[in-house]
Amino acid sequence: MTSAFLSRSFWRGIAGLLLLALLWELFARSGLFTQALTPPITRIANTVWRTVLDGSILENAAYTLTRVLAGLLLACLVGLPIGILMGRFRAVERFFLPLVSVLMPIPSLAWVPLFILWFGIGEVTTLLVVGYAATFPVIYNSWTGVRAVNPLWVRSALAMGAGQRQLFRSVVLPGASPYVFTGIRLAFGRGWIAVIGGEMLANPAAGLGRAIFDAREYLDSEVMLASIFAIGVVGIAFERLVFQSIESRTVARWGMVAAAGARR
Amino acid sequence: MAQSIEARNISFQYDTAAGPVLAVKEASFSVAPAEFLCVLGPSGCGKTTILNMLAGFLTPTGGEILMDGNPVTAREHNRGVVFQDFAQLFPWRTARQNVEFGLEMRGVSREARRETARQFLKLVKLEKFADAYPHQLSGGMQQRIAIARALAYNPGVLLMDEPFAALDAMTRDEMQKQLTEVWQETRKTIVYITHNVAEAVYLADQILVMAPHPGTIRARIPLALPRPRDPLSANFVEMQRQVLANLTH
Repeated sequence: MTSAFLSRSFWRGIAGLLLLALLWELFARSGLFTQALTPPITRIANTVWRTVLDGSILENAAYTLTRVLAGLLLACLVGLPIGILMGRFRAVERFFLPLVSVLMPIPSLAWVPLFILWFGIGEVTTLLVVGYAATFPVIYNSWTGVRAVNPLWVRSALAMGAGQRQLFRSVVLPGASPYVFTGIRLAFGRGWIAVIGGEMLANPAAGLGRAIFDAREYLDSEVMLASIFAIGVVGIAFERLVFQSIESRTVARWGMVAAAGARR
Repeated sequence: MAQSIEARNISFQYDTAAGPVLAVKEASFSVAPAEFLCVLGPSGCGKTTILNMLAGFLTPTGGEILMDGNPVTAREHNRGVVFQDFAQLFPWRTARQNVEFGLEMRGVSREARRETARQFLKLVKLEKFADAYPHQLSGGMQQRIAIARALAYNPGVLLMDEPFAALDAMTRDEMQKQLTEVWQETRKTIVYITHNVAEAVYLADQILVMAPHPGTIRARIPLALPRPRDPLSANFVEMQRQVLANLTH
């Protein structure tokens, strides 16, 4: 972890961000638009700092992250069994594949008005929006993962006396894990996108999406940009701290995927 | 513990899109307990099909296979199998955990598994690498782990499908020497598939020479060369010449 933070590629990534910040600063100070619409970095940073101190941005981020994780959990509870059974049994695959193929390309936000009609405004609808977006990567990847299990592992295990249940638990599940893991990771990304829209349209309680939407009422572009910044930071922090460390402890350790950054 | 094998007129027919293909036609052979049999032939001669039938992965479409006098059924697990592909090991398990797999499936206790695994890792001279994951080991080491894994649960027969074909020549020579030692120590019945004449002459008590289209046994050659065998000796070279004559006539 520390080496990743200190590595050259990390500083290259920082350089890219600094360049973007510089361009924004020049643009904001050029006077093309009023600074009320395009505030310079210093004022955004100020707002970030102020909202961190009064706790509001942290509270909003905590709400949003909790909703994403709840939706991700829902997606795993629904998606893992479906995807894995699809990979194992032709009949299940034939039943679910058309359904999955039709539902997958529909953006979860398209469902929001209907969900509001059915479940009202609030947490249930937000959870469903996130869950919907996150379920399909989980289904799709666990389905693919089960089919990608090396037949030699299966043959070896059968020759060594594994029963169907042992085969499933000791070979199919770990064998499919790199795909399943990727699916959950993508699902987190999709859920993180969906939650913001869900909060804007269907959740009056706290949340980063809500904060942006409310700030619109007061033309408060600083809060909007500060919240957008927080969305990015929390998303990448979670990806780095949670998913990358799970990866380096499991599938990368087993040599089933190359460790992040190892190919260069 | 080692079992005898008796194949009586076994045939196998694949159904392909282009129609049925006879991969093995009425092959008969027998292997005594603790005997080392090599099945030798060019690719496409049905030798792997024979191994898959012995392993129970395929059921013969004609004839029958007896092990210790009992017919082989599809799911009966008294055989160890080693494939050519290094990827046969479970990448998420360490070398030791791989070797323990068959014992785990049989519900052997943790301590007993550990002890047996240690013993078999020692047999293939890899006890130092017990906690390494397969991707950290060389191809030759991975194949030795696969052999240890196939032997650890004490099967009556060890089936090997060109296990050293993907190794470089020097490693292969060393592997063949080690396999002979392992075989002499464990006294397993071994059926070993190969397309390499020198390998067959080095390892086997008996060689089945196969011909393709359809796969048939062309010759059955007993070998009485004393062990350890010297690939450079006149007898060895003469034997190779004899086997080769059967392969190409």
